[in-house]
Amino acid sequence: MRYSLASLLLNAVSGQSRWSPAWRSPDPATHYDVVIVGGGGHGLATAHYLAKHHHVGRIAVLEKGYVGSGNVGRNTTIIRSNYLLPGNTAFYELSLKLWEGLEQDINFNAMVSQRGVLNLCHTDAQRDAYVRRGNAMRLNGVDAELLDADQVRAFVPFFNFDNARFPIKGGLLQKRGGTVRHDAVAWGYARAADRRGVDIIQHCEVTGLRIDKGKVTGVETTKGFIGAGKVALAGAGHSSRLAAMAGMRLPIESHVLQAFVSEALKPMIDTVVTFGAGHFYVSQSDKGGLVFGGDIDGYNSYAQRGNLPVVEDVMESAMALWPALGRVRLLRSWGGVMDMSMDGSPIIDKTPVGNLYLNAGWCYGGFKATPGSGYCFAHLIANDQPHPVADRLLLDRFSRGALIDEKGVGAQPNLH
Amino acid sequence: MRLPCPYCGERDSREFTYRGDAGLVRPDTEEAMADYVYLRDNPLGWHKEYWLHTVCRTWLVVERHTQTHAPGAVTAARSRRAGS
Amino acid sequence: MSGFRLDRGGIVDRTAPLDFSFDGQKLQGFSGDSLASALLANGVGLVGRSFKYHRPRGLFGAGAEEPNALVTLGTGDRTEPNIRATTVELTAQLRAVSQNRWPSLAFDVMGINNVLSDILAAGFYYKTFMWPAALWEKLYEPLIRRAAGLGKASNLPDPDRYEQANLFCDLLVIGSGPAGLNAALAAGRAGARVIVCEDDFIFGGRLLSEHYGIGKGTASQWLAACLAELAALPNVRMMARATVFGVYDGGSYGVVQRLVPEGVVPEAFHARQCLWRIVARQSLLASGAIERPLVFAGNDRPGVMLGSAVRTYLTRYGVVAGKSLVVHCSHDEGWTTAFDAHAAGIETCVVETRDSVHADLIAKARRLSVRVVLGARIIDTSGAQGLTRITIATDRYQEHIDCDAVAVSNGWNPTLHLTCHHNNKPVWDEQRACFVPQHLPQGMRIAGAVTGAFSLGEALAQGWRQGAAASEDCGFKAGAYEALSCSDDPQEGRPVWSVAGQGKAFIDLQHDVTSDDVALAHREGYRSVEHLKRYTTLGMGTDQGKTSNVTGLAVMAGLCGTSIPEVGTTVFRPPYTPIAIGALAGAHRDKYFRPTRLSAAHQWAADQGAVFVETGLWLRAQYFPKAGESHWRQTVDREVLAVRAGVGLCDVSTLGKIEVQGRDAAAFLDFVYCNLMSTLPVGRTRYGLMLREDGFVMDDGTVSRLGDQHYLISTTTAQAVMVMNHLDFCHQVHQPALDVRMVSVTERWTQLAIAGPQSRALLQRALGPSIDLSDEAVPYLACRELELAKGLAARLFRVSFSGELAYELAVPADYGDAVVRHLAQVGRDFGLTPYGTEAMGVMRIEKGHVAGNELNGTTTARDLGLEKMMSRKKDFIGRVMAQRPDLLAQDRPQLVGFRTVDPAARMTAGAHFLPLGQPAVIDHDQGYMTSVAYSPHCGSLIGLGLLQNGPQRIGERVRAYDALRGLDTVVEIVSPVFVDPKGERLHG
Repeated sequence: MRYSLASLLLNAVSGQSRWSPAWRSPDPATHYDVVIVGGGGHGLATAHYLAKHHHVGRIAVLEKGYVGSGNVGRNTTIIRSNYLLPGNTAFYELSLKLWEGLEQDINFNAMVSQRGVLNLCHTDAQRDAYVRRGNAMRLNGVDAELLDADQVRAFVPFFNFDNARFPIKGGLLQKRGGTVRHDAVAWGYARAADRRGVDIIQHCEVTGLRIDKGKVTGVETTKGFIGAGKVALAGAGHSSRLAAMAGMRLPIESHVLQAFVSEALKPMIDTVVTFGAGHFYVSQSDKGGLVFGGDIDGYNSYAQRGNLPVVEDVMESAMALWPALGRVRLLRSWGGVMDMSMDGSPIIDKTPVGNLYLNAGWCYGGFKATPGSGYCFAHLIANDQPHPVADRLLLDRFSRGALIDEKGVGAQPNLH
Repeated sequence: MRLPCPYCGERDSREFTYRGDAGLVRPDTEEAMADYVYLRDNPLGWHKEYWLHTVCRTWLVVERHTQTHAPGAVTAARSRRAGS
Repeated sequence: MSGFRLDRGGIVDRTAPLDFSFDGQKLQGFSGDSLASALLANGVGLVGRSFKYHRPRGLFGAGAEEPNALVTLGTGDRTEPNIRATTVELTAQLRAVSQNRWPSLAFDVMGINNVLSDILAAGFYYKTFMWPAALWEKLYEPLIRRAAGLGKASNLPDPDRYEQANLFCDLLVIGSGPAGLNAALAAGRAGARVIVCEDDFIFGGRLLSEHYGIGKGTASQWLAACLAELAALPNVRMMARATVFGVYDGGSYGVVQRLVPEGVVPEAFHARQCLWRIVARQSLLASGAIERPLVFAGNDRPGVMLGSAVRTYLTRYGVVAGKSLVVHCSHDEGWTTAFDAHAAGIETCVVETRDSVHADLIAKARRLSVRVVLGARIIDTSGAQGLTRITIATDRYQEHIDCDAVAVSNGWNPTLHLTCHHNNKPVWDEQRACFVPQHLPQGMRIAGAVTGAFSLGEALAQGWRQGAAASEDCGFKAGAYEALSCSDDPQEGRPVWSVAGQGKAFIDLQHDVTSDDVALAHREGYRSVEHLKRYTTLGMGTDQGKTSNVTGLAVMAGLCGTSIPEVGTTVFRPPYTPIAIGALAGAHRDKYFRPTRLSAAHQWAADQGAVFVETGLWLRAQYFPKAGESHWRQTVDREVLAVRAGVGLCDVSTLGKIEVQGRDAAAFLDFVYCNLMSTLPVGRTRYGLMLREDGFVMDDGTVSRLGDQHYLISTTTAQAVMVMNHLDFCHQVHQPALDVRMVSVTERWTQLAIAGPQSRALLQRALGPSIDLSDEAVPYLACRELELAKGLAARLFRVSFSGELAYELAVPADYGDAVVRHLAQVGRDFGLTPYGTEAMGVMRIEKGHVAGNELNGTTTARDLGLEKMMSRKKDFIGRVMAQRPDLLAQDRPQLVGFRTVDPAARMTAGAHFLPLGQPAVIDHDQGYMTSVAYSPHCGSLIGLGLLQNGPQRIGERVRAYDALRGLDTVVEIVSPVFVDPKGERLHG
């Protein structure tokens, strides 16, 4: 049932009894034209845009757990396109534009909230780097503003301005950045894709790829073999394991990133802020919880949980920036497994195996990329050509030397 | 997380710095260099990895499980025989 | 609900009254009370409003499980919202206020939501507020944000202190109920180092709430004796108010201890809370169980409480929940509540869902004249802001019963949260009708009710045995368990997950999730446990679903027609209960967020009036303003000109310094630097460039050969630690056979740059005539070891960052202050000018030296015009990768200099270069400005930048486009060396 004022009223007077499942739970068919491995944000978005914009026949999304059980439901919900380097800026801007029209597209309120993303700087060199980045954004047609210390103070007066170890010298603001209700993204895409005939098959883990004469012909799953014309891998966190099924090694390490939410409080902060002198970023959800995070734990992990040193590090940064948080209480922490790529940027590309496509390496920034990733991956799968805004996110960039290294830390994933 | 340093005993992970896959050996040929720098097995399970114990300045090869985080055998990198 | 205090009973001290207030009303409790028990004793029934519908709510539990009674403590910057009244120790003058209501708790305007609740069902938000799209951010979302949230934080800096500390033990016991204490006793007697952490403010756990007998005496006698013995054991540490919030790897546990009760201001200089990082070889989780409620229409009305909470208030605090109590139960536990209440003189009735119970219970009820209705359910409740009447139904009839309190008992859920912190899932125990832990974190054991064994005898036995086994695993010999007889009867029950009735039946009281919401989630396909939680927000409140998660799962299982485990199991994550962010951060805030590194010459610089700047962890002198200088530029211009015309002094101690020694030191440095170091003669210094293995520049610095097998290298301030780790890696991992040793000596030496045409003369005077500083003796790029005075070794380097005749003098840091003051004293005659990092930065730009802005991790030696430094005679780190095709591409931006065409125009770092006459779009982006300074020497702004084909375009003009600052300046491409391109001054 389409969500509309009429359907809402109908259900209000009928005890909410007229709603139907948001998506079907079909048994898998024996063959699909496209099988997408991974029912997270990127996989579901890919299915949606494939079904909507391309004529590729029958599509299935295979999810080993429940829809949205991966990182789409484990992140800090931030969206932005404040990137520096060619290859990233235009891609993330496409993604942000898709966010801006998402709810009307999928008829699901994912609470896209453009409350601004403010990166704080604490040294002259950091400001110079932000200026360079902001100007790259402007050249790409992306909004960016430079704030001085006084303007930052007017924006977030409760931060530590007068007694800080690393004083705030200014900030780079992207007003169109913001937050989105993360679970709703998975559900909304799942529902929209389902309405276009995509089979979403939950609790169906891919255990192997069937490859014949250098071409993939289907996937072995816990629900049996499923034939496929094309197979698209979108299993962030586990990309290396999926690629290994095709005999490939990837420029990726899996790392755990913890995230945190406080108890629900009346509104305290109205924008997304990142601390520049430590690892900390924070926003407040519509429900009132402060949602925040910091650095990855820094060692290879598939555990979806982290350790105390990073918890302390994040809280120390939190207190350094915002000393009122001392009496705010941490409600819950959790961990997600990240594909940390070797240059900190993602991969959307064909693979050496025929009809096998790869969407991987999103590091800790995959959520904001969800619509753009799905859109460009769908384009690649349908046309065998990269979408123009994603034409640098290729696997061979590492051997060619065409790195997209925003942080400039090189081939060490835990530093990105 | 606690890691056993062969010289200092079991210590908290905050005394260590991580540097990834210790199964990799710097190649002699130019052709193999890009794979060495960029490609990883990234296994779910036991993983040999480099950790620097910053207190005693020893680079260690730690076997550690990437799902449970439990450490296994630990040796000093310098004591490895070439090629192992 | 109209609770009151009994004349006797409980462990409160009736001779120690405490005044406190709730919503401004002055009330009195006793020492030993919790805030909740004191409120109940004063007849306060309404304590809060629910999250969504703003329905009136009363006390529901008596501990960490409390969903309703959230209050705000304190005022001003000590305001602390969302505190559970049930776990707050009552203290004198405690000030609590209710929250999430306006204008008052009794009359809350947002109660309108309750009327709209037919529309505001679970998932409502996802289906609406989309029309028109623009109104979401302008109207709907701001309204939602204002309405959401629970308490209001002050948003003022927290004035209190926090600490972090470490503890190590053999056995960590979590929980001080019968199982935990007996475990501590077993291990403590065996000699193991034991820590007992108790969340509550006193020890005893469930023993405090019950009238058990243990052995020949009462539970309280056993407890007193046990605590006395544990207190006397030197190897046992008892920690109350200590919440074990998380289980981490390797036997690490996170514990937050409240050093003062909540709402109390600590003494001056004392901490409010402490984060203990406890490392335990073994742990024992003895966290007990939390009672489950029954879900029925109107079950959220103030006056409906967990039966176990009713007993806690009665037994521990001497407070009864109401004058007339109905026990609604599916479990024998409810009958215990009824008998205890009856014994306290309260009119009591049992409404039991089961059709039959053990005959002993019926007999006892009959003997006591407690009314019993079997096979009955509560189908409705009434009362404006507190319970006055319930409606019960059996298969045959309905009946109204007047009462002001209902105690609900539906069995127990083991408090197994900590067992899940390593993602281990509990399993459903059909017989006990609860989830029990199965796989445990490494090193953890469990005992008592958390195992699903709910009797006291089992708790004591398991506690002892597990405590003994844990001690033995740590190498201690523990005594055998001598069984104690216990008075509690075996209990049974048959849980009822949802009772049909009219009106809303709440599963999650805090988040207003009803059984209808679960049904809606089921209808819409949100059936797996995580979907259920996320879609309805079940269990996502501050109580983390301690009384609601399992019930929600069970209701969903009923709707799906499957078993509970098929719907899923909830996995709990840290923290066990919400903990203050301040406690986790400890002292790391304000100026103490990170350590501050100061050079030995810092105090001297401060005495000269230096302005300091944060450089990594270091504070460095940025510039030295003089009286009359009103702008930093004035100061910096003066400092630059003074160096170029006379002599200046700059503290460069923060640069990394690494000693490299050994037979293979030269070979090693050849491996890690891209240029040759083995050819460096002893007594000479060379500029060196290190690449990362991926071929990009990692760091630069100088290499000085002090002896045949002895080098001293310098790194940038920012990369000092990284480079040291890298060198150790290159040695120990790549080249372990090389005979070389390295050590960082950054902090051992104070290093001072003396720069300018007068530098030699000044140094000569300062060091005395015995040291020959002539150009022949100490030529450009020479390094020397000196003895300045007897036993005072020093190192002298003829290096220059400024491009002037210059030296760097290094002395042991202990002498740094004395030497810098000596130089300054001598320097008076030479007009010596102290200069800071700003002037140094200006002079390096004037000389075209690259620094952090150019060494940004994405530039190659070729990009920086340093291609020729890459030796072709040897292998080195980064050699191969630097030759990748895209890194050799002609159009890669390369380093050049820039000057504005219009002398008055502004030019800024971070500007991008665009060709003249082309639109400002990314397709025309040709590079960016890395560094800009005003050069007093040139009398203009000068810049360095990376530009496509830069070195081939000298003399050409481009736009420096800084849209962020509204600047678009025509600049000329010039050589990056602005001062003395031939380097004549260096040789002075």
